[in-house]
Amino acid sequence: MENIKRVSTELTFQDKFQSTLVRWGVGRMVHKIDPGIYAVNNPTKDSPVFVSANYKLSFDALRKELKGIDAFIMVIDTKGINVWCAAGKGTFGTDEIVNRIEKTKLKEIVSHRKIILPQLGAPGTSAHELQKKSGFQVVYGPVRASDIPAFLKVGMKVTPQMREVTFNLSDRIHLIPMELVAAAKYVLVVIFAFYMISILTGKTDAGVRAAINVLLAYFAGAVLGPIMLPRLPGKSFSMKGFFVGLIVVGASCSFNWIGRGPAEIFSWMLMMPAISSMILMNFTGASTYASPSGVQKEMRIAVPLQLAAIGFGLFLWLIERLFGV
Amino acid sequence: MREQEYLKNVVTLKLDQKKCTGCRRCVEVCPHNVFDIKNKKAKIVDKNACMECGACEKNCPAKAIEVKAGVGCAAAMVTGFLRGTAPTCDCSGDSGSCCS
Ligand code: SF4
Ligand code: SF4
Repeated sequence: MENIKRVSTELTFQDKFQSTLVRWGVGRMVHKIDPGIYAVNNPTKDSPVFVSANYKLSFDALRKELKGIDAFIMVIDTKGINVWCAAGKGTFGTDEIVNRIEKTKLKEIVSHRKIILPQLGAPGTSAHELQKKSGFQVVYGPVRASDIPAFLKVGMKVTPQMREVTFNLSDRIHLIPMELVAAAKYVLVVIFAFYMISILTGKTDAGVRAAINVLLAYFAGAVLGPIMLPRLPGKSFSMKGFFVGLIVVGASCSFNWIGRGPAEIFSWMLMMPAISSMILMNFTGASTYASPSGVQKEMRIAVPLQLAAIGFGLFLWLIERLFGV
Repeated sequence: MREQEYLKNVVTLKLDQKKCTGCRRCVEVCPHNVFDIKNKKAKIVDKNACMECGACEKNCPAKAIEVKAGVGCAAAMVTGFLRGTAPTCDCSGDSGSCCS
């Protein structure tokens, strides 16, 4: 056991700071954990072995919950991607785990033949194949690392609650930074384009209104939408995004930012809900309950409508710019 | 009732009870408690909750489950459509919006 790296169960200020950066999409790839075996507290040959992705947030979430528990963590190479996503891509997969067991000589480190995989890795791993190829029996642990102490206490049993993936307010709020970052560059380009056209057609104030309205729609789709998700009408994300867009249309109207002439006003009433609908539709990917078949179905209906609304809105807006209707 | 509910009657999940050995794996791996064991056989109890992650199919030793698994991400589908490939999540770069 001497040459096994040891990790603490305490997260330092630096760990937390790095996690924040990762959430905002900064330097994700820098924060990889080296694959291999890590010791937590004082494990013996009988201690449990947890398998983790080499994504920093996954690894930290796990070790933080192992306070006072003697265990090993086997970090596999998922290219710095979290368990859920890596499982979908197959990098958190049977073969990588089998290879890692060989490479780390896990059979010499522990005397038992059992490994604990995160349940969220299951779309990428096949428990029976893994056992056939490696000799290790697979136990799927709870979805949330915070349930690990309870899971160990009852002899590695998972309750239905521990198995269920939630998508509660705090889960959704944590995803907001990613949503903001993902859409930011498009939003900037769009605002810049509206602004330039406004300047060229001699009305800077229309450009300022455009910037405000686009930003409001962006805020609706990327911040308000995720927060209010279960409260918004409709089942599809695009529908919910449309309604949250109406809220900011209301806000824009009440502050008199929506436009001057009827053409401009109507153009924003069309474009704002369409933009927020598009942005919130993208949230299906981050959500933990949208099925691909469902997303496909809603997109087939929503995308043409969104494009039509934006196209017609843009047409009206340009008419107003050029002919001052 | 669940807090979240997505579109109904769209998922591709299929279970062949004849092949099922009642090993419970599908119950263990499903993140939405779609399965239950009744009379030593798996049963789909909440089909609409399925998010088509594929965990059950991959872990069923009897090959009794079939589901068209994939990523439920609009951006991925647009990229997949434009490139003519299967939808993939861009989680490798710094901009992956599908995955946190
Ligand atoms: S994993 Fe397959 S064999 Fe096992 S209970 Fe489920 S359906 Fe039956
Ligand atoms: S595909 Fe995933 S969500 Fe659907 S039943 Fe199987 S394990 Fe559950």
